[in-house]
Amino acid sequence: MQLNRDDLLRAWREMRTIRAFEERVHTEFAAGGIPGFVHLYAGEEASAVGVCMHLSDRDVIASTHRGHGHCIAKGCDVKAMMQEIFGRAGGLCAGKGGSMHIADISRGMLGANGIVGGAPPLVCGAALTAKVRGTGGVAIAFCGDGGANQGTTAEGMNLASVWKLPALFVIEDNGYAESTASAWSLAGDPVKRAEGYGMPGTRVDGRDFFAVHEAAGEAIERARKGEGPSLLHVKLERFFGHFEGDAMTYRAADEVARLRAERDCLASFRRRVTEAGLLDGAALDAIDREAAALIEEAVSEAKAAAFPRPAELLTDVYVSY
Amino acid sequence: MPKKSFRQAVNEALRQEMERDPSVVVMGEDIAGGMGAPGEDDAWGGPLGVTKGLLARFGRGRVLDTPISESAFIGAAAGAAATGLRPVADLMFVDFMGVCFDQIFNQAAKFRYMFGGKAKTPMVIRTMYGAGFRAASQHSQCLYPVFTHIPGLKVAIPSSPYEAKGLMIQAIRDDDPVIFFEHKAMYDDEDEVPDEAYTIPFGEANFLREGEDVTIVAIGRMVKFAREAADQLAREKIDCTVLDPRTTSPLDIGSILESVRETGRLVVVDEANPRCNMATDISAQVAEQAFDALKAPIRMVSPPHVPVPFSPALEDEFIPSAEKIGAAVRSVMAAPARRAA
Repeated sequence: MQLNRDDLLRAWREMRTIRAFEERVHTEFAAGGIPGFVHLYAGEEASAVGVCMHLSDRDVIASTHRGHGHCIAKGCDVKAMMQEIFGRAGGLCAGKGGSMHIADISRGMLGANGIVGGAPPLVCGAALTAKVRGTGGVAIAFCGDGGANQGTTAEGMNLASVWKLPALFVIEDNGYAESTASAWSLAGDPVKRAEGYGMPGTRVDGRDFFAVHEAAGEAIERARKGEGPSLLHVKLERFFGHFEGDAMTYRAADEVARLRAERDCLASFRRRVTEAGLLDGAALDAIDREAAALIEEAVSEAKAAAFPRPAELLTDVYVSY
Repeated sequence: MPKKSFRQAVNEALRQEMERDPSVVVMGEDIAGGMGAPGEDDAWGGPLGVTKGLLARFGRGRVLDTPISESAFIGAAAGAAATGLRPVADLMFVDFMGVCFDQIFNQAAKFRYMFGGKAKTPMVIRTMYGAGFRAASQHSQCLYPVFTHIPGLKVAIPSSPYEAKGLMIQAIRDDDPVIFFEHKAMYDDEDEVPDEAYTIPFGEANFLREGEDVTIVAIGRMVKFAREAADQLAREKIDCTVLDPRTTSPLDIGSILESVRETGRLVVVDEANPRCNMATDISAQVAEQAFDALKAPIRMVSPPHVPVPFSPALEDEFIPSAEKIGAAVRSVMAAPARRAA
């Protein structure tokens, strides 16, 4: 799929919005304004955006505990996301889900997920819906290198192949399952796991938006044509800890600084498009300012927003009562 | 009215709902059976023949055999339900919840609340439960109390073929996830079952017999035993109400309380292991809300706190019986009337 100027601007806007969102959530969490558990996606933006640029509302994704980036890339409302993270009534899930459970089914976002490896079986179901109803939609499971080791992922890949579902499994390998190195925990080669389940597997560098976009595009086109599922192993970097508050003592002292300097997918994108003369720096800077302003507004509105009323504790457990 | 088996009743409910609504699909291990094998299509029609014939009527697109991968296909049912289908997944034995429970209690059960009321997960999990088949510890448990414990799940436990058809059609039309318990020793039970589709609402207990002396609340297969006991007790001039809650979530505690206020005595019969089962739950609610009405201590009739044994000699001892229910009722009748405070 060729990327025109509008596509490139959109990709940059989404990646910058994710980065600005995550950097700001990091500081707001440190300041004490955000309750609960938060896992940030900064450093991994090219994966979510490179995949989701191929999707529309008829397509479904299911995400991980590190889900903010997927939500934004799939079109969730950024301000409602921020309210959700602050636990406010106007949040995307009315303040009942929080960071780990942001969802918007109307946009095909089947939820961030607090259970590692939660997404693959659900995505088989979403892909089945698309297949039974003939919508032409596809369904995409994001999981980390940790989630790749869950039985749900193995079972989901097998079922997707057996049922020939329009699905894609994206393993975002940021080097760490919590504090444990994927170099240690991920036995063998994830791409070969795909082969074991009879589906194509591709490894891409998550620093390279264009590589992710192209590989995802091929897999998604294959799925849409009814040729079955694929796997994408995206090697990328996590700029923050497993969770906010993680002192990251398991990482090398200069590791994050080095990754930010050498392996930043945003810096790489910007260099690539400006050097090739596809976009000029001013256009990108303008988007940066807009993204920053959006996040500023989102945070100030979230902080001013009302908490859910106590009576909301008891609502929406069931549809019928 | 035609007589039908429990198996036929569930089959008919599935067939009629699949005919009515193209978004209803069934899936599970051997749900048709023989997939990819050289012999007959629809070789099994489900492990106990409950889904036999659906394949011929609705085809492979809606009758989905699965690999032995409960996490994958129960999770797929949840994902399909949240995106527009009405799947009925067959979790062959409820004992297999151990390999897929996350998909049920952390995923399907939570979507609606966790997503702020914006999700619907209209899925049904059909599952076999109960002792009496000499199937031993990993294929004989009840486990419905575990599902009843989870907000967001509904739990239906039909006590007869008539109940099975009406509750299954309700379960399929219901917009919440429903765990539907089928007792493996009841598939050949026969009952009058109407040909046409009908629903039995959830959360409305069924009074099978009304008496003045003792309220017997019984779950699932135990309803039959409770009725047998009540028949015997009637000959001894002990007059029992027999009440079938039909669903444990929602639970019609109102009808139970109403009956206990009339009789003043309660016996709860539950085939599930005795700690934190439906008997303890119902007893606690009655003790909390109708203590003043009780003329005698509540009695619970449940198996002992042991796994289900294999040997027929032991399994028969494990399962509550009409005799044990009768003994419990006689003991509450014999209890001295409580002194007014």
